[in-house]
Amino acid sequence: MNRRLGALLLLMATQASAEIPEAERRSGYHDMGASVQAMQDDDMANPAMLWVLDGEKLWAQRQGAAGRSCADCHGEPSRMTGVAVRYPAFSESASRPISLDQRINQCRTEQQKAPAFDYESRELLSLSALVAMQSREHKIAPPDDPRLRTFLEAGAATFNRRQGQLNLSCAQCHEDNRGKRLAGATIPQAHPTGYPIYRLEWQSLGSLQRRLRNCLIGMRAEPYAYGAPDYVALELYLMKRAAGMPFEAPGVRP
Amino acid sequence: MLVAALVAPALAQDARRAYVVEDDAIRESLTGKPGDAERGRAIVGNRQVGLCLLCHAGPFPEERFQGNLAPDLSGAGSRWSEGQLRLRIVDAASLNPATIMPPYYRTEGLDRVARSFAEKPIFSAEQIEDVIAYLRTLRD
Ligand code: HEC
Ligand code: HEC
Repeated sequence: MNRRLGALLLLMATQASAEIPEAERRSGYHDMGASVQAMQDDDMANPAMLWVLDGEKLWAQRQGAAGRSCADCHGEPSRMTGVAVRYPAFSESASRPISLDQRINQCRTEQQKAPAFDYESRELLSLSALVAMQSREHKIAPPDDPRLRTFLEAGAATFNRRQGQLNLSCAQCHEDNRGKRLAGATIPQAHPTGYPIYRLEWQSLGSLQRRLRNCLIGMRAEPYAYGAPDYVALELYLMKRAAGMPFEAPGVRP
Repeated sequence: MLVAALVAPALAQDARRAYVVEDDAIRESLTGKPGDAERGRAIVGNRQVGLCLLCHAGPFPEERFQGNLAPDLSGAGSRWSEGQLRLRIVDAASLNPATIMPPYYRTEGLDRVARSFAEKPIFSAEQIEDVIAYLRTLRD
């Protein structure tokens, strides 16, 4: 597909649904009840902090054939400030954008010479929660990288495409019907402000991709494999849609 | 392999009954028989089967969580004829291409359907008729 056609399709796709005006953008935090908000607001009550503590231990542990820890290369976790808000980012070695989880695993395999952690494993979620937490209160700041452009367009197209047996698109719920109630749940605007999140329904921490998987299953669409370029492109587009919003990881959601 | 590929879509088609759309309605029952309103109510009220209350509210005092993405089902039987209701359940998008109401008896033109649901409509012909029979009882 040539560039101009791609841009045109992107335009058409995003115009098909009511894109959210900047003044109306709100985090899913504001769509949940006061008790869940209180859990997120208080680190003593936020269950995600248990993962962050594990992340701090892993950060300092020498691992892999190289016998190096994250701290040996990076220093204190606070040195990761501002990192999570600019992921997914383009990876030279992969020749495509990668998620923060994939970036952490890249350090595992290339720097530590250790096997990659499984997606959604306790270890990977712990490290990504630790890294994400360093960007709290920072504004979501997707990189202005021309190499990301086609991937961003692909993510936008997926967001606007009807999928699954129920023939729904992400945009039909999260833009056209945002704030309305799907049975008991208020439909949020789908801003990835708090990931990884502790979800009460999961009784666990989970990644943005796990959340997207839940929505796809709800639409009765075939979920992508964890780490698939389709998910990363969707993540990229969601971050772009949320650019400038404050980051609140690790969040809590019902 | 080739034979399977040629035969499979035909079989999938056969699994569903043919129907005729006249104006904005399907007049004939898909099963040739009227449905059962009591079974229909159970289908509409079931979140895993009918999914209706995800989007619609309706006269289901026992169901706490009902959606507000769509018109209240109360009075649907006064607003629409049997045939009009049937087309709205079978394929609402044939009337309003932008609708979010899922196509309950269409399998063509869908993208990336989960493997466990592939080539299957959401409802069987019997379920469609039961739901219609129930909706017909919802009079103002
Ligand atoms: C039928 C409606 C519907 C569709 C279609 C849908 N979602 Fe959702 N989504 C929801 C609801 C409702 C929630 C709130 C969580 C809950 O309680 O289930 C949610 C939550 C989310 C969240 C979490 C927001 C937060 O604050 O943490 C994201 C991100 C998201 N969806 C993205 C998507 C994407 C991307 C797609 C398409 C692949 C999609 N959704 C399709 C209804 C939908
Ligand atoms: C994902 C959302 C969704 C689901 C699920 C859904 N509907 Fe609808 N339905 C709608 C919307 C929106 C309309 C409004 C008309 C339109 O958009 O075409 C509608 C319209 C209707 C109408 C005609 C409007 C009227 O006056 O009442 C009927 C009847 C109806 N739906 C019945 C059902 C039944 C029965 C089910 C379940 C078997 C169901 N719907 C499932 C979204 C939905």
